[in-house]
Amino acid sequence: MAEIFLACGLCVVLVVDLFVSDRNRDLTFSLALIVLIGTAWISWTTGHAGQVLTFGGSFVSDPLAQLLKIFSIAAVFVSFLYSRDYLKQRNIFKGEYYVLGLFALLGIMVMISAYSMMTMYLGLEMMSLALYAMIAFDRESPVSGEAAMKYFILGAIASGTLLYGISFIYGVTGSLQIGEISAALTAGAMNETSLLIGLAFVLVGIAFKFGAVPFHMWLPDVYHGAPTSVTLFVGTAPKLAAIALAVRILVEALGSVGHLWEPMLLVLAVLSLAVGNIVAIAQTNIKRMLAYSTIGHVGFILLGFVAGSHAGVEAALFYTIVYILMAAGAFGMVILMSSNGHDADRLDDFRGLGRRSPWFAAMMLLLMVSMIGVPPLAGFYAKWWVLTALVNSGHVWPAVVAVLFSVIGAFYYLRVIRLMYFDDAEGEAGAPVAGGWLMRTVLSANALGVLALGILPGGLLEMCARALSG
Amino acid sequence: MLALIYFYTLAFVLVVAAVGVVTARNPVHAALFLILSFVTSAILWLLLEAEFLAMVLVLVYVGAVMVLFLFVVMMLDVNVEGGRGRFTRYAPFGGLIAAIMFMELGFVVWWRNLGLPVMETPVPHDADYSNTKELGAVLYTEHVYAFELAAFILLLAIVAAIVLTMRRRPGLKTQVVSEQVKIRREDRVRIVKMEAEKD
Repeated sequence: MAEIFLACGLCVVLVVDLFVSDRNRDLTFSLALIVLIGTAWISWTTGHAGQVLTFGGSFVSDPLAQLLKIFSIAAVFVSFLYSRDYLKQRNIFKGEYYVLGLFALLGIMVMISAYSMMTMYLGLEMMSLALYAMIAFDRESPVSGEAAMKYFILGAIASGTLLYGISFIYGVTGSLQIGEISAALTAGAMNETSLLIGLAFVLVGIAFKFGAVPFHMWLPDVYHGAPTSVTLFVGTAPKLAAIALAVRILVEALGSVGHLWEPMLLVLAVLSLAVGNIVAIAQTNIKRMLAYSTIGHVGFILLGFVAGSHAGVEAALFYTIVYILMAAGAFGMVILMSSNGHDADRLDDFRGLGRRSPWFAAMMLLLMVSMIGVPPLAGFYAKWWVLTALVNSGHVWPAVVAVLFSVIGAFYYLRVIRLMYFDDAEGEAGAPVAGGWLMRTVLSANALGVLALGILPGGLLEMCARALSG
Repeated sequence: MLALIYFYTLAFVLVVAAVGVVTARNPVHAALFLILSFVTSAILWLLLEAEFLAMVLVLVYVGAVMVLFLFVVMMLDVNVEGGRGRFTRYAPFGGLIAAIMFMELGFVVWWRNLGLPVMETPVPHDADYSNTKELGAVLYTEHVYAFELAAFILLLAIVAAIVLTMRRRPGLKTQVVSEQVKIRREDRVRIVKMEAEKD
């Protein structure tokens, strides 16, 4: 079981880090990467077609779990690679960063494989606790501390509402196990009022984890305040955990009462699309802008669930994976731009990039255009399939709204491109981007991956379909 | 009948103590009220035959957590009067939310249809039934996964707390033990001859 290996591995990293001097932190770093590779290998080889439950039905192993686990390990791997130079320049290149990252990954994997509300909650707490500490990792920076505090308090409230909702569902169905809840709901007439109350609270918890409006307040502040490498971390792998949470609770456990949660989700999705895309226009800080763009993308992901069909969930899964690829690239770009010491997180820092470093400007161009959703790139197919699923299930007006807001959203992505290619850099910011070979390679691979996935999306889509048919 | 009287008395004390936690001006009083509410809820759990949980609540929360809490409260010079102004500023909005929540609670409690048909009324156990034993049996068999996860969360909490608090910053006053041990009398003590003072 991959989780056991990861747990042992992170303990080893923790202990080894004690005996390593500050100059040899690279040892911890590479050890953490080895642990990740090992975990990924185990997840890959232990995959199988059917659904297997262990630990009294609280742990599930199925194709969906395998797919999500491998992608979240990959996301953490990439974010570790990006973080190395960034942390070194800020003197926070500590072993604990990677230990906390591995803890967060453990929490994410537990959530992905959880088949009972209890393990789901424990995984969620493990992930969140690690993230709070990572956000506050740069203790010299008051902004980070503020961001961590906000996330901590709001996150605690969200966990509370999730638990409260779970307790209602337990009261109605008499079980915490996903399979038994689903069986109980299909079997008999339930008290809809109390189920509805529980459902609403659970949905608040899920929406918070995704960052859907109106539970998005933490997102811009956290993305802005956290060190950029942590922002990259927070913006990628935890989204996969959130979608696992949504699939397990909404589709697998409460799938038979879809008529209750679909309207709520629809409201969340449309609000997210509206607020995310419109408020992003007003941002001057690229991290905040990307945070609002995240909210907009989350709206799309939720719309996939609203469709209520198998294809819709598939599209949502595909969208999430494509989205984390794009987000990793975009935040990686911000990290790369910051590599000469100061945080280049203002939009103005991108001025004239097309002349300074044409290659990376082209990479950023690919990422931004993919986020808009222009055909040969991955972002297009993600949006396309969500919209197809929506229209096929008869939700025409949400699809129209989604398209409308993506057009509005195109404005601020295009503005980044305009700044890069048509504006001149001011003052001394005219130097080409510096950065180690590692950063450059990873970023290029990341952005080209978006392109490759756009040209050949079939493989990933088929993987998503297989994962959900399981 | 007797159990019912016990329940309502304890519930009343619990609610009064909980209100006391929030309204007490003095943080030490608030902490003491919190202890009272913990002890009362522990006794309520005893009425529900959850002996082990009741004992753990008293041992862990009252014995360890709250003592620590009191320590911290007494060590920090908490400004008692601070925050009064904000209380009145936020009072209307807070009151509105409180009213809504009370309505919701009332809805839940009085809506007897919410009575959950799946759960049968539990039957009291015999006197020689061991709550602790049963709990242990379930905890280490059926719920061992969740149990181990909780252990890992605790490890994570330790790591996170140490990461966030232990740091070397300039000007930090720490002990240097080797210096302290090496010290000689001449470095610290100076003998001064003085004339005896006459009033």
